[in-house]
Amino acid sequence: MASNEEILAGLAEIVNEETGLAPEAVELEKSFTDDLDIDSISMMTIVVNAEEKFDVKIPDEEVKNLKTVGDAVSFIAGAQA
Amino acid sequence: MSTPTLKQNALHEGTRILGVGAYRPSVIVSNDDVCQWIDSSDEWIRKRTGIVTRHRAPHDVSVVDMAVAAGSEAIEKAGIAPGQLGAVIVSTVTHPYATPSAAALIAERIGASPAPAYDVSAACAGYCYGIAQADALVRAGTADYVLVIGAEKLSDVIDNHERTISFLLGDGAGAVVIGPAEEPGIGPSVWGSDGSKWDTIGMTHSQLEIRDFSEQSMKNGTDLDDLDLAALGEAQANLWPTLRQDGQTVFRWAVWEMAKVAKQALEAAGIEAADLGAFVPHQANMRIIDELAKQLKLPESVIVARDIADAGNTSAASIPLATHRLLAENPELSGKLSLQIGFGAGLVFGAQVVRLP
Repeated sequence: MASNEEILAGLAEIVNEETGLAPEAVELEKSFTDDLDIDSISMMTIVVNAEEKFDVKIPDEEVKNLKTVGDAVSFIAGAQA
Repeated sequence: MSTPTLKQNALHEGTRILGVGAYRPSVIVSNDDVCQWIDSSDEWIRKRTGIVTRHRAPHDVSVVDMAVAAGSEAIEKAGIAPGQLGAVIVSTVTHPYATPSAAALIAERIGASPAPAYDVSAACAGYCYGIAQADALVRAGTADYVLVIGAEKLSDVIDNHERTISFLLGDGAGAVVIGPAEEPGIGPSVWGSDGSKWDTIGMTHSQLEIRDFSEQSMKNGTDLDDLDLAALGEAQANLWPTLRQDGQTVFRWAVWEMAKVAKQALEAAGIEAADLGAFVPHQANMRIIDELAKQLKLPESVIVARDIADAGNTSAASIPLATHRLLAENPELSGKLSLQIGFGAGLVFGAQVVRLP
């Protein structure tokens, strides 16, 4: 099971691969849409890659609640538990 | 008295596509045109969808007109006479009559009467559904030749001011003739549906609401002096059902679920991605096309259809339109294998490997 730090680092890697954003720009308080300029389709690609990486399920209806990077880290940590 | 033995149709061993036809309507709608209706930019639309223009039909050109043009070219390319057709299958969700079908009128206009003719309602998977049926009809000996048409006038069912789907859509028609072949030219169809996602793409409401609104208006009566014509006009405009989608849910399904279906179609046909000459997915959005190609790990030698850039998303017409263009631009693809996959409202999907004519 990954720690929150490991989840953040893993997410940053995924975001980097999808958008080209520097991994260090992916911080807990950042909003996916407003700060990182990630659109709904890129968000879905990130979600699917995160599911695979962390072996969790993130349902479609849950994706809308993941506003910030911190929201995603918390959800993944909870889903792993 | 002994029971008589029934005769059954003689079977055809193989089937293949014999000819492809296309019709692209004359009105070109640019991204700048679209930005009159939604707050966006040419750059944003290109980046997010890969679409540069869409073709749309003028008011006086119908789904049937476009289908007849595409169908006639396919028949000519196949080198058969319209009278040899044993069935006409038309995939469309935009023929504006629940009945009679578009297909019966199209069959009459192309000279195929009295061939059986019927419409298929399977949205963006409709063309692949039609191929599955045509392949089965010909191999079973029910028909020698079948015309399959995908035709849509989506501009009749959009709301230019909404942002989920309308700006992606275009009009057009594509068609193929399926006939008997000595060598197998159509692999097994992998097709299906998922009604649990029935409401992710579809019309805003049913046509019954138009009837109910009219009945209510009649019952209330109207005093012309009190009538707010602007409000009435807006209410009536909103009555016309138009398309919407939950883009995020559709994207996930269209890429990761459809990648599995595409792989099943390759496996069912007994080939690998490297054996393909072309990949022709439904032209829904360039990012779906690119992501699907990535998931399938297609080698660089496989030409991926990207007709969407100019044509927009034309639902049932998109695969035959894209195939027609690929063959025109890459004549060396003739005789090569193409993986085609359609997916859309229902949700429904269909895929098969075909040998290009």
